[in-house]
Formats: sequence, structure tokens, C-alpha cells
Amino acid sequence: MTSLSAGKRLKSAVCSTEIMVIAAPDGDVEITCGGSPMGDGATNGGAVDPGHAEGTAIGKRYVNADGSLEVLCVKAGEGSLAADGDALAVKDAKKLPKTD
Amino acid sequence: MLLEMAADAFGDRVAFVDPVADSSITYAELLAAARTAAQAVHDSGAERLAMLDVSNLAIPVGLFAAGWADVPYVPLNYRLTEAEIDALLERITPAYLVTDITHLTAFGERQGVAFTSRGDFLGMARGGGGGDDYRSMDPDSVGVLLFTSGTTGAPKAAVLRHKHLVSYIFNSVEFGAADEDDAALVCVPPYHVAGIGAVLSSVYSGRRVVQLANFSPEAWIEIARTERITTAFVVPTMLARIVHALEGQESAHMPHLQSLSYGGGKMPLAVIERAMQLFPDTDFTNAYGLTETSSTITVLGPDEHRAAAGSEDEAVRRRLQSAGVPLPGIEIEVRDDEGRALPTGERGEIYVRGDQVSGEYEGRGSTVGADGWFPTRDAGYLDEEGYLFLEGRADDVIVRGGENMSPGEIEDVLLEHGAVEDAAVVGVPSVEWGEAVVSAVVLKATATQTELQDWVKQHLRSSRVPERIEFWQELPYNETGKLLRRVVKERLDTD
Repeated sequence: MTSLSAGKRLKSAVCSTEIMVIAAPDGDVEITCGGSPMGDGATNGGAVDPGHAEGTAIGKRYVNADGSLEVLCVKAGEGSLAADGDALAVKDAKKLPKTD
Repeated sequence: MLLEMAADAFGDRVAFVDPVADSSITYAELLAAARTAAQAVHDSGAERLAMLDVSNLAIPVGLFAAGWADVPYVPLNYRLTEAEIDALLERITPAYLVTDITHLTAFGERQGVAFTSRGDFLGMARGGGGGDDYRSMDPDSVGVLLFTSGTTGAPKAAVLRHKHLVSYIFNSVEFGAADEDDAALVCVPPYHVAGIGAVLSSVYSGRRVVQLANFSPEAWIEIARTERITTAFVVPTMLARIVHALEGQESAHMPHLQSLSYGGGKMPLAVIERAMQLFPDTDFTNAYGLTETSSTITVLGPDEHRAAAGSEDEAVRRRLQSAGVPLPGIEIEVRDDEGRALPTGERGEIYVRGDQVSGEYEGRGSTVGADGWFPTRDAGYLDEEGYLFLEGRADDVIVRGGENMSPGEIEDVLLEHGAVEDAAVVGVPSVEWGEAVVSAVVLKATATQTELQDWVKQHLRSSRVPERIEFWQELPYNETGKLLRRVVKERLDTD
């Protein structure tokens, strides 16, 4: 369990996934990837849990059900993301005008 | 991090093209070059990476190398005089400076500055092994130090931290959204915040960037056609010159140009209307932003441009002169002199709040209030639908006999007169009124001072009629199209 803040980088312990926190709720949240808690990059020697193996895609944003947690995938991997046990969903791409 | 993602997802794509040097660099090569250069900057002991050069491949290498080396990137205006550049260099030592041969010769040895030519820098960066494999970026570190144009005094150094820049990109660009054959034409100078924004957003979207070092309308049109450019950004004076160069033609013949955005100054209505006729297939976007807000904060999108251009409704048509609505993550408020929020339609100072807003100057700290709002010093108002209209700088407001008036409103009326090509309105000291309204006008047909004064009187309150109108050959603008009001004021005041 860790308190998260925007800009925080986390790495998967069981695959190549890396994320950056865009928005975080107050209080402690545990983000897992492939079923194992994410951290500063140390691998735990384990494997991706088959129940958490849908994979992550680079550049995609992932959110929890109430939208209070949003993370950006900066490196893709085989595990999928969850917060406090609940799977995170891909946030739809925004349609934005080109400004520069 | 932005570049690491791009190199990871589409490393083989061409990232930047310099048509003058006939060279290009892919995303994977750019990442390797930035890492190698970062090592050199780190080893030199420099605390800043400064760039004194036109657009070329060294610009993105330097920008990302600075991030990797965790030193601020400082692009300098190469149009400044030697004395002005010296004064800025003094403020950023110890620095690692990349520059072209001309400047290298002019500046020779300077205390605390390690000079490298653009060629040597690129050779070193592209010939190296790639440097460190991983370096974490602190969101609070200073990413870019940008000297503002200083139209009213000595340049201030705006501080943009990584968190501001990254937030701007996340709010305005979808990762990898560009198609394989998308190409952006970047012609704004690298020391302008729009130049920084163009590099960052192009990298994050995966676009190929074609660099145009020295803008001319002919070169812009030529490159747009030969490189099959799909997106471009121009300042208003550039668009005016492009439109002028295309005059007499039915269309610009650029069906590949999907989007053309503009910003950095006031766009004359006649120019944007003509541009929309010449580029019928192109989406136009007006982007308003400041250096201190990490570039764009509001946009007027393509649909609004088309709706406004085709509308009989004056309120909708006027929107073509609007800066649009806030980007996601941005809030806008208009306040009075005491800092109280003003209702819709009332003119005041524009305040902005959002994660991309820095509002900080080196040596002066942050100007952002405790409530997170940054006073832009720009004046304007919001209409019923939340569209923002700009009316110049808050400091430009003329106070005549206790009555506040915006020069922009009077200028707009003058510009609607058939004989007026360009107009500037300023306040000069007056014994009777505190400030008197005076104007400098550039004519395209004959007109007298009395005629123009009567014209203003027909449209506005009599207090807004310029007491004196001078006819000039041209008005003074800086290189990015900002009217130099201070200069206009000085000239009109001495008479």
C-alpha cells in the first residue's frame, strides 16, 4: 500500500509494464500489474497471474470505476492493471484539435 | 519520457527532417542522440543547455538531452543584438551552448560558457553509444527556461517545470495518434513557446516534423506542397503573408493539409476569412496561450470556424474573432481590478488555472495565487456560451477621464473602414483627461483624419474617438507578429 501522487512512476514486478500516475485519490491505493504489486522496478521472480494477463498498451490511459485514479502506460507489458483488486479499464481516447 | 515512449512504440519512424541540410532523424536515433548528448552536457559541468540557433535537428536533440541530463533547456532568440545575447548568457552560466557558426565566431570565449557548434554537437550526439540506460525524471525539475519577448521591458525568464509541460501534452495530445504519413511543418522559431510545444506534441503523437528555419511565404508554400504537409502552425503575420502570396489564385492547391492552426497574436478577420476560402479542405484552429501556461490554453476549433464563417447571426460570426473555449484541465475566469470574478460579457483581466500553468519567473518566484489562479495580464471577456474574447494586454487599457477603454475595440472599428489597412490605438498622457486616445493608421486608400473620426463616432461612444490620428507607412511588430505598443506610444507621445 502506498500513497500516490501525480507524476509517480511505477514498474511491474512480473512483466515489462511501466506506468505514470496522472490522477490519484486521497489515501492509500495498491496498484497491481499481472496480479503483483507495482513498485520501483525490482522483479519478484514470479509470473503474470493468468487472471491478470490481458496486457497493457503504450500510451493508453487506465482508470478505476469512479475515475478517481488515472494512470498512463509508458511501457507495454503482458500483465493487466488493477487497483485494490479491481481491474482498471482503458479510458477512451479524446478527440482533440491539433493546436501546434 | 515522452521521447522514450515514442522510440519504443514507433522507433523507425522519421521524427524530424531538416530540408536545408537534407538530413533527418528517426525516433530511435533521436533518443540515442539525446542520451549521448546528455552525457556530454553532464560531463561539462554545465547547469543549463542553451540553444542559439534556427530550427534544425540539433533543436530536438538538445531539448531532450537537457531533460535527460536534468538541466534546464534555454532556447535563445538569435535575432537579438550581441549585447542583448551577452546579457542573457550572463544570467544562465555555467552553460553548455549550441550555436551556429556565425554566432560561434561572434561570441568566441565567454566566461562559464562551453560553446559547441551545431555540426559538432550533432556529430557527437549521433556518433555516440547512447549514454545511460535509465534516468528518472523529477516532475518538479525545471524543463525549460524561456525568455519572454519583453515587449514592455527587460526579458523575464519563465520557468516551465516537467510537470507543466507533460501536463500540457497529456491534456492536448493523444499518444501515437498520427498516421504513418502525417507531417507537421514547423516554422515558428525554436525560442518561442509554440516551437517547444510543436516539438513535444509532434513527438508524442508520432508525427514527422519538417523544419522551416527561416520563414518566407514562398518557402512555406513550396515545402507544404513537396513534403505533403498535413498539419501546420503559423502566427497571424505568417498567415497574412501566405494569403498575400497566394492572391490571384482560386485555391492553395493543398488538399493534403488537414489542419492549420494559428496563434500568438491577433488574427485580422479579413485574413482568416480569405484563408478559409483558399484552403477549403483544411481545418482551422485558433490556439491561445502564453509562455507561462506551457503554450495553448483555449482553442477555437474547425467546426466553430465553419459555423462562424457561414453564419448570418452576428454573434456567431463574431466568434471567428474569439480565442475559443478552454482545453480539458483548464479553467478560465475574468476578474476586475480587485480580483473579483466578473459576470459574463464584462471586460476584465483573464485568469487561468490548470496543471500546465506555471506562472513562475526565475528570481521572482510564482505569480500564481494561493487559490491556483494565474493572472495573465491579458484583457478580455467571456460570452454566454463560454467563448473567450481577447482585448489586448491589461496594461494597454486606456483610462480617459476615469473611463476604462480597450484599444482593441477602437482598432476593430477602424479596421472595418474600407480605407484602413492596419490600426493601433494607444493612450498618451494628457493634462485634461489623464490619458488621451490617439491612433496610428496605415492606409490602403485615401481617407482623412476627420473621416475616420466620424466613422468611429458612428460606431462607438464619442469618448472613444481618437483625438489625433497619424498616418504611417507601417506599424511596428516583433518577429512573431506582436504589435509593439510601447513603440507606438513613444512615437505618438513625442509629437
